[in-house]
Amino acid sequence: MISQFSRYLDSDEFVVTCEIGPPKGTNTEPMEHHIDLLRDRVHAINVTDHQGSVMRLSSIAGALAVKEREAEPILQMTCRDRNRLALQADLLFAHSRGLSNVLCLTGDAVVVGDHAEAKDVFDLDSVQLLELIETMESGRDAAGGKLNGGVQFCRGAVVTPGADPLEPQLIKYEMKVEAGAEFFQTQAVFDLDSFSSFMDKVRQYEVKVLAGILVLTSYRMARFVHNNLPGIRVPEPLLQEMKAAPKGEGLSTGMNIAARTIAALREKGMCDGVHVMAINAEEAVPDILDAAGL
Amino acid sequence: MKSITKAKPLEELAGYLEPFNRIYILGCGTCATMTGTGGVDQVVQMKEHVQEMNKWVTGWLVMPTACDEMAPADMERAAGNLDYADCALAMSCAMGVHRAAESLQKPVIPALDTLFVGLEEEPGHFREVCDQCGQCVLGETAGICPLTACHKGLLNGPCGGTDGGKCEVDSDRDCAFTVIYERLKAQGRLDLMRGARSPRNYHVTLSPRRAVFNDVHDGRLP
Repeated sequence: MISQFSRYLDSDEFVVTCEIGPPKGTNTEPMEHHIDLLRDRVHAINVTDHQGSVMRLSSIAGALAVKEREAEPILQMTCRDRNRLALQADLLFAHSRGLSNVLCLTGDAVVVGDHAEAKDVFDLDSVQLLELIETMESGRDAAGGKLNGGVQFCRGAVVTPGADPLEPQLIKYEMKVEAGAEFFQTQAVFDLDSFSSFMDKVRQYEVKVLAGILVLTSYRMARFVHNNLPGIRVPEPLLQEMKAAPKGEGLSTGMNIAARTIAALREKGMCDGVHVMAINAEEAVPDILDAAGL
Repeated sequence: MKSITKAKPLEELAGYLEPFNRIYILGCGTCATMTGTGGVDQVVQMKEHVQEMNKWVTGWLVMPTACDEMAPADMERAAGNLDYADCALAMSCAMGVHRAAESLQKPVIPALDTLFVGLEEEPGHFREVCDQCGQCVLGETAGICPLTACHKGLLNGPCGGTDGGKCEVDSDRDCAFTVIYERLKAQGRLDLMRGARSPRNYHVTLSPRRAVFNDVHDGRLP
């Protein structure tokens, strides 16, 4: 069965995805509220997998909640916590429950999260996870054993357009395409000139690229993102704009920047869609999309 | 190549030594001397620390190499004072501790934590360069082992945590794949970065690993 999201990717539509994080605990109400809020505004909703290596409800549980609420989930799977047996078991489970889109990530290191003494797994990496799904789609498991009932997924991957140096990132991008990635969701994009030159280099590959849009909520956050998050640079004029925001208007300024960025990307036809990351600001996404004309 | 060790905190040691009154201290004249964790100076200093814990140090010995096959003979020569001790406190890496624990009929307490096997890049500066995985890829990675030099042990290029050629988990460390990329590029062999590598076999040698070299053992060249 071809995933609904795959059909959106194949259409000429400007594809919009966003993401939600499962709760730390079993109270799924806030997550369900976010799903309901975003369901009719986006083509699919990513569900993060212990984002930032912080332990939470599993991404599969979150993706099932998205599906139960009649939205299209993109299951994020990292290689940090599961060896190849556990990854395959979860992929079989995901397919058996009707989840049909998987975003394959290496995952953050354990030490950056809240269980810093735990064991990192990384039995596979993101490229090998993409390849594993291809193997499973052929009816075999990673050891060559025959599957009684196969899987089919629309496979996605991530890329950091602002990585320094960029060339190793581009080499990995090509590996991911060869390993079967059908779409890419990028790390946050603020600098359109730099993103444009990145797109010039990856346009040769026939996969869809959704530019990452990170919603800034304060000047402090903007500075943090600029200084500390690998591969993300917030251009000086945007930092100044966040700085100049009156007290209490950090989020609305960040929303405005996000909406302008989305509109510009779309108008210039720079990419095939956007992936909106509004961490702890999910409520703002519908207004951002309105302002962007989507 | 050295076995890199670090002194355990004295409070932790005090806990291990609590049941014992008479302590014999063993040092190592090789790696632990080079790293300043189990040489003569540190052993003499440890003697004072143990005495401050109101224990009796029956003697001490810095063996030339605490892990090698001569170590039991070294300890035998110290038999009198060593026999009189309730336990031995070993200021060597875990391999020296093993050797002592096998040959002494008494408890052996490690005074050091063994961290890694390191290459000395400049005097006093050690770096872990080999994971001893049993499947060497160095020929295709410009002499840099990504399993060891990349925090995540990745095989197929950098993760998203690389920034300015540095690693996200510690900005003082180089991103392994940036260094591999630069070296391969300089050698005109960037193609080696392009093909995806298959998942690693974690059981090349069944753990716990061992090897037998009969020819060497018999004194014959292989």
